[in-house]
Amino acid sequence: MSGAINFAHTEEQSLFRDSLRKFLHAASPTSRVRQMQTTESGFDPQLWARMNQELALPGIAIAESQGGSGFGWVELCIAAEETGYALTPSPFFASSVMAVAVLNTIAPNDPLLARLACGEVRAATALLEGPAGWQTECFTCRVNQHRAVGVKQFVIDGATADVLLVFAADAEGIGLYVLEEATAVERQPLTVIDPTRRLARVTFTGAPVRIAGTVSPAQFERIIDLCSIALANEMVGGISRLFDDTLAFTRLRVQFGRTIASFQAIKHRMAELLLQVELARSAAYYAAQAVDAGAANLSYVASLAKSTVSDAYIFTAQEAIQLHGGIGFTWDHDTQLWFKRAKSSEVLFGTSAWHRDRMIRHLEENSVAGGKRA
Amino acid sequence: MSELTAENVRQEVRAWLKANWDPNLSLVAWRNKLVDAGWGQPEWPTEWYGRGFSAELVRVIEQEFARIGAVSGAKSGIRLLAAATLLEHGTDDHKRKYLRRIITGEDTWCQLFSEPGSGSDLAGSTTRADLQGDNWIINGQKVWTTSAHHADWGLLLARTDWDAPKHKGLTFFVIDMHQPGVVVQPLKQMNGHASFNQVFMTDAVVARENLVSKIGNGWAVAMTTLAHERRRADGLRSGAADVDRQAIVRGSIHEEEARENATVMAPYTWYPQRAGRVDLALPQALATGRVGDPVVRQELAKLLSLASAAEWTARRARATQQAGKAQGPEGSLGKLVASHVARQAQKVHTLIADMNSMLSGSDGPENGIIAEILVSVPAVSIAGGTDEIQRNIIAERVLDMPKEPRFDEGPFRDIPRN
Ligand SMILES: Cc1cc2nc3c(=O)[nH]c(=O)nc-3n(C[C@H](O)[C@H](O)[C@H](O)COP(=O)(O)OP(=O)(O)OC[C@H]3O[C@@H](n4cnc5c(N)ncnc54)[C@H](O)[C@@H]3O)c2cc1C
Repeated sequence: MSGAINFAHTEEQSLFRDSLRKFLHAASPTSRVRQMQTTESGFDPQLWARMNQELALPGIAIAESQGGSGFGWVELCIAAEETGYALTPSPFFASSVMAVAVLNTIAPNDPLLARLACGEVRAATALLEGPAGWQTECFTCRVNQHRAVGVKQFVIDGATADVLLVFAADAEGIGLYVLEEATAVERQPLTVIDPTRRLARVTFTGAPVRIAGTVSPAQFERIIDLCSIALANEMVGGISRLFDDTLAFTRLRVQFGRTIASFQAIKHRMAELLLQVELARSAAYYAAQAVDAGAANLSYVASLAKSTVSDAYIFTAQEAIQLHGGIGFTWDHDTQLWFKRAKSSEVLFGTSAWHRDRMIRHLEENSVAGGKRA
Repeated sequence: MSELTAENVRQEVRAWLKANWDPNLSLVAWRNKLVDAGWGQPEWPTEWYGRGFSAELVRVIEQEFARIGAVSGAKSGIRLLAAATLLEHGTDDHKRKYLRRIITGEDTWCQLFSEPGSGSDLAGSTTRADLQGDNWIINGQKVWTTSAHHADWGLLLARTDWDAPKHKGLTFFVIDMHQPGVVVQPLKQMNGHASFNQVFMTDAVVARENLVSKIGNGWAVAMTTLAHERRRADGLRSGAADVDRQAIVRGSIHEEEARENATVMAPYTWYPQRAGRVDLALPQALATGRVGDPVVRQELAKLLSLASAAEWTARRARATQQAGKAQGPEGSLGKLVASHVARQAQKVHTLIADMNSMLSGSDGPENGIIAEILVSVPAVSIAGGTDEIQRNIIAERVLDMPKEPRFDEGPFRDIPRN
């Protein structure tokens, strides 16, 4: 049954956003983000502990029966947006978004959820095996008699998570497996363009795993939808931050005896940028609402949001650097941090082109005239 | 009194229609009933034929009318801009005289703003108005005036003071279009239609009481008109209504309405096409098989995403407004985003039609509709304020960026102009 889409956040949701914005502003300034880039784990365990104790973020979208807060995807997306605004490197995306999307969809009663909710463990999800292919048909990683063999690529937080969720082929089809031990598994951190989002290659050579559930194609699609939507909202946070910082800069920078904000060429670019920012926001917010409303066309909406927002993010990041001039291209200037996040998000969970094709596939499948395709 | 919920309103209008709807009344008689009951323009204030309803409630009413095929109050053209302007700035006499006939469709209106020498720079108007006895005497030329050829009344912006700074010397009038001093000549557009006109005013007469607001306050009044024009460009569709085929009773009023549409709406038959006809894109792609082309798929998806995001942005603006919160930037973007949508749509239609996009009329796809889209879209980014002007407005009013440097201060007389 599908409910109504709300076009405005509720009062509680707005308050939640405000408190997150304040918290991360104080606890995760860019100086701190930069410090974390040089650490091995890439995140600040103390901050993560506070995000758990003070904000209960790890279990935000985990059911109350499992010890979570039982909020919807809308609230989770607000949190994602704020971490994207502050660019806070933390286990939130891998452990509280991805792993929760996976478990909620495939094994909603799995005891691991309760351990994630209370912050006892952090999880990562091993999904992809090559540079593309967000579909189960590509999986060559196999599980035989509770032992996993194969290689998974691009595993977010794969080197640091306590628990790995592994998609693998088995006798039944595709299964979701949980790996808790460090035997017969090698986790190799990869050198990344965006050090705020760490990736690893994980090689299984007969690692002991337990099955959490079997994965149907529809469930797999739903996981891609949920993750794409959360990522789109995280990206909207980054877009907003780039926009705010760039607008502030144009008001300060003086050339030819006037602020650059007074040049029409700059004003017009900022107006167009605002348009892209707000369209992206609308797409991401709508998609988050569509999850909680149980919308039947979730894949369509998810792909619409992911492609719209990631195009807007890259556009905004490029404009931000351009409007800053030379300083925008320096290491010490913060714009580059978000530029790199825009880049890594551009391909994560599928490129814009892939998502747009997925939108049309959805329309073809749902149209009576669909069969007419020449 | 029962609470104003969508459900209560639905029940009330449904009951009222049941008791009153008669498809064999004349258009004017029926619409006068609507005016008296407050269903003609429910968003108008209660003291002026309305009910002060929100957009959401108005939608409910539209749906109930559509469900049984009941004719609604007249809405086409400039009439609603005229009404919005008069509701805000007109005297009670103006409202009494014009508002009812706007809803009944007895009068049509046009907007006499743009001139050959001043379009974006509307305040540069050089049409003059001079007070002689009890009348204002108007001399000058207007251009691009939509519907002037069948309009009964015009919203006129004219200069009354040549020594004041340009924005201060303008005055706003309602002018009777049916008089010897007003000559209207249709202008043919690049798409072959002639919905706009040139209007020549030579010693045309405006009665003194037809001044709107105050002498020298014309700019503020014109801004009200334009604000409503831009708001209407937000592309919000009212959403498909559930049509109850069994409840539809057709009568003579529908024939009369069709005749009204044929004349009053004639200038606007191409308006849906200028917005790009996003609705046709997917059906055309599927019907032609072009949906199999990877580039068509990409561009089509971009179009559908853009159109949806634009609509959701407008809905967000409305939702914040209804929640009583200060409107965010999303409310001022509708006009500009409509240009993006229209341009992407014409690109997609060209990709889909391929070689057939060279053909028009009965040789062209969809009996010439696709061709009409291709040659009508360029109007969107000009009419009602160009994209460049929209960007200026967004930058200066929404983002609070510095204003453009001015070269047009001081007495209007001394300012360089065309
Ligand atoms: C289909 C259609 C219907 C219309 N209907 C009506 C009507 O009913 N009533 C009416 O009064 N008018 C009407 N118009 C006129 C319309 O409002 C004007 O054409 C429009 O405002 C532009 O003015 P202009 O044509 O004089 O162009 P100009 O103002 O001369 O503009 C020429 C170019 O210069 C740019 N430009 C101008 N000023 C600036 C600036 N400050 N910064 C940057 N760029 C600038 C413009 O964007 C444009 O690209 C209609 C126009 C069209 C196309």
